[in-house]
Amino acid sequence: MSERLTSRLGWLLGGVVLLAMPFYLERFWLQAGVFAMAAAIGAIGLNLLTGSAGQLSLAHAFFLAVGAYGYCVFAGDSGSATGLTGWGLPPVLAAVLAVALAGAVGGLFSPIAGRVRGPYLGIATLALIFIGQHVLLNAHDLTGGFNGRAVPPLSVFGFAFDDSATVVAGVPFRSMEKLWYLGLALLAAGALFARGVLRGRPGRAINAIRDHQTAAGVIGIPVARTRGAIFVLSSMYAGLAGVLLALAFQHAVPGYFGIVLSLEYLAMIVIGGLGTVSGAVIGAAFVTLIPQVLTKYSESLPLVSAPGTGGVAPGEASRYLYGAAVVAAVLFLPGGLARLPVPRWARKGARDKAPAPTSRNMEVST
Amino acid sequence: MTAFLEYLVHGLSLGAVYALIALGFVIIFKSTEVVNFAHASLLLAGGYIAVRAQESVGFWAALLAGVAGAATLGALLEWAVIRRYRGADHSVLAIVTIGIDIVLLTELARRIGPDILTYDDPWGDALVTVGSVTVPQTRVAAFVTAALLIGLFLAAFRWTSWGVAMRAAAENRETAALMGIRLGRVSSSAWAVAGALAAVAALFLSVFPTSGLDRATGEVALAAFPAAIIGGLDSTTGALVGGLTVGVTEALTTGYAAELDFLGNGFGHIAPYVVMVLVLLARPAGLFGTRELSRV
Repeated sequence: MSERLTSRLGWLLGGVVLLAMPFYLERFWLQAGVFAMAAAIGAIGLNLLTGSAGQLSLAHAFFLAVGAYGYCVFAGDSGSATGLTGWGLPPVLAAVLAVALAGAVGGLFSPIAGRVRGPYLGIATLALIFIGQHVLLNAHDLTGGFNGRAVPPLSVFGFAFDDSATVVAGVPFRSMEKLWYLGLALLAAGALFARGVLRGRPGRAINAIRDHQTAAGVIGIPVARTRGAIFVLSSMYAGLAGVLLALAFQHAVPGYFGIVLSLEYLAMIVIGGLGTVSGAVIGAAFVTLIPQVLTKYSESLPLVSAPGTGGVAPGEASRYLYGAAVVAAVLFLPGGLARLPVPRWARKGARDKAPAPTSRNMEVST
Repeated sequence: MTAFLEYLVHGLSLGAVYALIALGFVIIFKSTEVVNFAHASLLLAGGYIAVRAQESVGFWAALLAGVAGAATLGALLEWAVIRRYRGADHSVLAIVTIGIDIVLLTELARRIGPDILTYDDPWGDALVTVGSVTVPQTRVAAFVTAALLIGLFLAAFRWTSWGVAMRAAAENRETAALMGIRLGRVSSSAWAVAGALAAVAALFLSVFPTSGLDRATGEVALAAFPAAIIGGLDSTTGALVGGLTVGVTEALTTGYAAELDFLGNGFGHIAPYVVMVLVLLARPAGLFGTRELSRV
C-alpha cells in the first residue's frame, strides 16, 4: 500500500513540476521540452510496433512527415499567394485529419507490414523512407520542396498557439509556453491510450504474436490483421508527433524527415526500454535533450567543441553517445529492454520462480 | 537502341557491384542470423581506409589495405559486439547493428567532412567502345572483378571445408557445433568476408562516372538492401539476381529520366525500393528465399 502511495505522490509531484515549468524556463528549454514531448508521442507509437509486436520499422520518420505536411496542407492558407496548396480548414480539424491521413498511409502499407516479420520488415520499410523523401522533395505545391513550408499556427476556438503574448500570472505566454501545455496534454492522452492498448486484449495479442506467431495463430489471433492494425496505430502516433513537431518548428523542411530521424526513434525506444510506455518517454527525453544540453554547454564540456572548429561537434557527440547506448542497452541491460528479447538465462530464472509472463498472457487470452 | 544497350551494360555492372554487397549481407545473415544494418558503414569504412592509404602506398596496396581494414573491422565487430549477446532471439541483434551504424557513420562522416575523396585508379575516365556501344573502362573492370569475386566465393562456399562449415552452421547451428564446427570462427569469418567484399564494392561505387567517395556513399550502398530482400535474405543465388535486378532497374530509370520526368526528379535512386515493395507484395520471402510455412 505504501509503495502505491509513494508512486502516486511521485506522479503528482512530477505533474506539478511539469505544469509549473513554463513560468520559470526560458524559451530555449521550453522548445527543447516540446520537442521531447513530440518525440515521446512518436516513440510510444514506435514502441507499440517494435517493442510490443516485435516488428522493426525504419519508416517512422516518414509517418512523422505525413503528419506534419498533412497538417500544413489541410490548415494552410487557401490563397494562392505562396503557390502552395492549402485547404484552409480549421487547424484542429486539420490536425485530426493529418493523424487520420498518417494512419491511412500506414494502412496502405499493411499488406506488407502484416506479412513481413521482424528485422525483415525493417529493410522493407527503408522503401518508405526513400520514396517518402523523393515525394517530399518533388511535390513542391504540397511541401514547398527543398526549402519546406511555413506551418500555420494552431488555434482552438479562437485561442491561438502563436507568438501573441497572453499574460498569465505576470508571465507572458507565447507560442512555446502554450505548446508546452498542449504537448503535455497530448502526451498524457497518448500514454494512457497506449497503456490501455497494452494492458487489454490487443496488447496480449501482439505480445503473443511477437513471442510465437504460430501459437498465437492457433489460439485464434488473426496474425496478419493484428500486425497490420498495430502498424496503422503506430503510424497514427507518428502522425500526431509530426503535427506537434511541425507546430514547434513553425517551418517544416523535408530534409529533417530522413533516415537519421528514424534511427533516432529506434534509439529512443531501445535505450528507454522496449515494450513499455514509460520506456519510450524516458528514451525520447534522453535522445532529444542530450544534443540540446551538449550544444548549450559545449564551451564548458571537455571533448566537445563548437560546430565547425574541427573537433567533435555537439550533434556528433550526442550521436556517439546514443549509438553506444543502444549497443550497451541490448547487450548489458536486458532489464531496461523490458520484454522483447528475454535472454535465455533470464527466461530460465523466471520459469523457476513463476510461469513466464508470455505463457501466462496466452492462457488469459485463450 | 545504342542508348538502351549502354544503359543495360551500365546496369549489369552496377548490379554486379550491388550483388557483392548483398552477398556479404546474406552471408552474415545465414551464418549468424543477424540482419546487418551496419553494412553500409562497413563499406564506407573500407573505402575511406583505401582512399587515405593511397597517398603513401599507391593505389593497389591501398586497395588491399582497404579490403583488409574492412575485413578486420567486420571481424572485430563480430567479436566485440555480436558474440557478446547470449540471448536466444537474434532478431534483436539487428537493433545492435543499428547502434553500431550510428556510431561508425557519425565518425566517418566527421572524418570525411564535406570533401569528395577520389581514388587514383588506373582506369580514370577512359572509355571502351565495342561496336556502337561505349562504356567507361571502370564499368567493365567493376563487372569483371565482381564476377570473379562472386565466382571465387561461390566455389569456396561449395568445395572448401570453410564453405562446408559455413553451410552446416546456416542449416542448423547446434548440430554443426556438435559435429565439431567452431561457430565463433564461422561467424567471424563471415563478417570478415562481408567486410572485404564491401570494401571492393566501395571502390567501384566511387570511381568514374561517380565523382568520388563522400559521406553519402554509404546511402548509395543502401540500395543493396533491397537487392538482398528481392532475392530473399537467406539465398546466395537471390543476392546475385537481386543485385542485378536493382542495378539494371536503377541504370534504366536513370538513363530514361527524361521520359520518366512525371515521376519526379531523381526517380532512379528510389526505383530499387519501388521494385522491392512490388516483389514483397507478391512474395513476402523474396524470389529465392525460404518460405516460412506455418499452417494454423
